[in-house]
Amino acid sequence: MALTKVGRIAMKTLNDEIKVLNNVIVRRNNFVYTPDTKITVQGEKTKMNMFQSINSALDIALRTDDTALVFGEDVGFGGVFRCTLGLRDKYGKDRVFNTPLCEQGIAGFAIGVAAVGSTAIAEIQFADYIFPAFDQLVNEAAKYRYRSGGTFDCGKLTVRAPCGAVGHGALYHSQSPEAYFAHTPGLKVVIPRGPTKAKGLLLSCIRDPDPCLVLEPKILYRGAEEDVPVGDFQLPIGRADILAEGSDVTLIGWGAQVHVLKQVAQLAKEKYSVSCEVIDLVSILPWDMDTVCKSVKKTKRVLIAHEAPLTGGFGAEIVATIQEECFLHLEAPIARVTGFDTPFPHVFEPFYLPDKWRCLAAVAKLVNY
Amino acid sequence: MSVMNRSVSVLSKNIRNCFVRRHVKRSLSSEAGPLFPGAKTSWTESFDFTGKHSYAPIPVYRVMDRRGNIINPDEEPKLPDETILKMYKDMTLLNVMDKILYESQRQGRISFYMTNYGEEATQIGSAAALDLEDIVYGQYREAGVLMWRGFTLQQFVDQCYGNKDDRGQGKQMPIHYGSKELNFITISSPLSTQMPQAVGSAYALKGRNRVVICYFGDGAASEGDAHAALNFAATLDCPVLMFCRNNGYAISTPVEEQYGGDGVAARGPAYGMHTVRVDGNDVFAVYNATRRAKEYALRESKPVLIEAMTYRVGDHSTSDDSSAYRSPDEVKQWSTNDYPTDKLRFHMESRGLWDKEKEKEWQQQARKDVMAAFQAGEVKHKPHWSVMFDEVYKFVPPHLQKQKADMKEHMDKYKEHYPLDKFDGK
Ligand SMILES: Cc1ncc(C[n+]2csc(CCOP(=O)(O)OP(=O)(O)O)c2C)c(N)n1
Repeated sequence: MALTKVGRIAMKTLNDEIKVLNNVIVRRNNFVYTPDTKITVQGEKTKMNMFQSINSALDIALRTDDTALVFGEDVGFGGVFRCTLGLRDKYGKDRVFNTPLCEQGIAGFAIGVAAVGSTAIAEIQFADYIFPAFDQLVNEAAKYRYRSGGTFDCGKLTVRAPCGAVGHGALYHSQSPEAYFAHTPGLKVVIPRGPTKAKGLLLSCIRDPDPCLVLEPKILYRGAEEDVPVGDFQLPIGRADILAEGSDVTLIGWGAQVHVLKQVAQLAKEKYSVSCEVIDLVSILPWDMDTVCKSVKKTKRVLIAHEAPLTGGFGAEIVATIQEECFLHLEAPIARVTGFDTPFPHVFEPFYLPDKWRCLAAVAKLVNY
Repeated sequence: MSVMNRSVSVLSKNIRNCFVRRHVKRSLSSEAGPLFPGAKTSWTESFDFTGKHSYAPIPVYRVMDRRGNIINPDEEPKLPDETILKMYKDMTLLNVMDKILYESQRQGRISFYMTNYGEEATQIGSAAALDLEDIVYGQYREAGVLMWRGFTLQQFVDQCYGNKDDRGQGKQMPIHYGSKELNFITISSPLSTQMPQAVGSAYALKGRNRVVICYFGDGAASEGDAHAALNFAATLDCPVLMFCRNNGYAISTPVEEQYGGDGVAARGPAYGMHTVRVDGNDVFAVYNATRRAKEYALRESKPVLIEAMTYRVGDHSTSDDSSAYRSPDEVKQWSTNDYPTDKLRFHMESRGLWDKEKEKEWQQQARKDVMAAFQAGEVKHKPHWSVMFDEVYKFVPPHLQKQKADMKEHMDKYKEHYPLDKFDGK
């Protein structure tokens, strides 16, 4: 009673009194999503955003494999990002279910499911909250096969986790932890750039014989939409995509950052008549050295951009390989544009991100070196 | 002696010891209880599983009935009128602040918010039973505790805006409050991480006449850190109050899917902890429970587990729409019956402490105060962008100085592409 009365009065006052103020928070998209033209999968397509295409992949996994289980925190009602919407009703709560709130439990349980031959598709609610599960993933999942000489494995394990910036996520709803996992022999790590890619990659991961981690850029769940094949299809793990061909500079990114890079390529062309080749790495572990090095040998200049901090970021690994493989081809030092070496800050997100202007400035430096 | 011979001789000595021990045991009285180091207990010769059926559920301690009448006069906390008034005013001010900040998120003015509806008494009752020197580790739904301690409306609003007067420098999402002066450790989003930390603080403060209180949800209680915290608290005799706000849900997950036992309270005795389950909607019951827990914790240097039973009347957060997983009837039931502020108001009215006129005046005052803070907070600039490089370390190390300098150079060239009008210029 107190609540509703207070509420009504307060709301009215609020609307009356603050209409005059218009210091609306900075909520800007760092990029514009353009539908994928790279992937050519035949068959019927329908418009989906990324949470819908992931839902479609999970639906197919549950339908085609009756050992498949989908679980995690709040997964039952559809998940906080709606990726599992409707699946509990369709497949029953024995196959699609909420777990208690415990990431180490989710990961350990999932490994156990996979170790006896069932398909485990686990959701960690945010990649920022995967760290309680780090031990299970890094010391257990990744090493199951190796430590038993191949006697046991948990290859039927797939862990999905939303990652990356979303405009207002701050320290604990924005992180991109791919580099921590890239340092873990035995795991596979992929990051989709949009709905079609997410569906195909997820189905590959679910059916891959090794444990996989799918980091899903959460800004794309609703923000990216395109015509997605409705049927069953897989896209390769370990292979990069060239999204735009170019001759002067190679731009390398993954996840949402590739959409920033696509814009950078356009700006570079308009402003400086520089032709950029844009590569989506897609797969962090294993990663596609061939595609990257071939491109670098052609363009002789490289920029790598990721949201995660600079130091020890996955960009560093790519830099090391490029200098080993393409040393004599390089015309300029390899550039990295990344999040800064600070925790991910709330109101400073527009300054923290490797946005198109920071990337463009780096391109200008590369060509003028 | 060869190595081989030596080990054979050690082995035979061990075997001899074995016989000696068995002999000693036989000489003990057959009435002796089991001697296993793992448990001090007795023998039984009839087989049974111990389970939920073996214990009655822990009852819920209350002081008031639904209409705010004291049920057992011995349990009335006999608080001074001013204290009761402050309790009520803080509980309802919290409502007004929640409403306005929730709405402001809806209008895109702040990025996120979490309301405290339904849990006013758990927060205020426990806060009132402690002293300012006692340290608070919160989860996030404890704004009332801070309010009780003296965090101002302006401080709440400034944090939610992340403006230049936010003590947290705009680094965290809204509602991640903290205050050194008020001994309230800054909120962190990862659940349950505060729990073992609270226990460590309590250990370090042993013997200094202070306790630590740690709030956590029914969902957070499932994390590995929750187990670590309770077990450390009990084995290391820490004067810590582990305060569970059991509000029925962890986002969409109902408690039935969170635990199989008798709530969180039942775990207390299993860890060897004094435990109490309390009506979290009864501010006096929460007050008494916390007060007595503190007295015990200080006297015995031991932890207490408190489980406050309540209901999360609001959505989990502004990112949530709870109609997707619970019925409006269920919510209505809790916002009309047993609502904590109503219960206290009935009590105050029956004592002649409060009436319609006072209520009206207070509601107006509360609204005016929140709006004033809100408007003042909204127009303040955010901190200068370079503040994002501060407080990563005590001193900015060279690699970060370089990144900051690079960014400065970039900003000089590209400033028109950044929302600098909303940020401090220097
Ligand atoms: C380690 C971790 N996992 C998941 C989350 C996401 N999350 C935030 S709040 C929440 C539910 C918490 O429920 P509960 O502890 O019952 O507290 P309540 O919100 O009901 O007050 C979840 C799952 C998180 N913040 N941290």
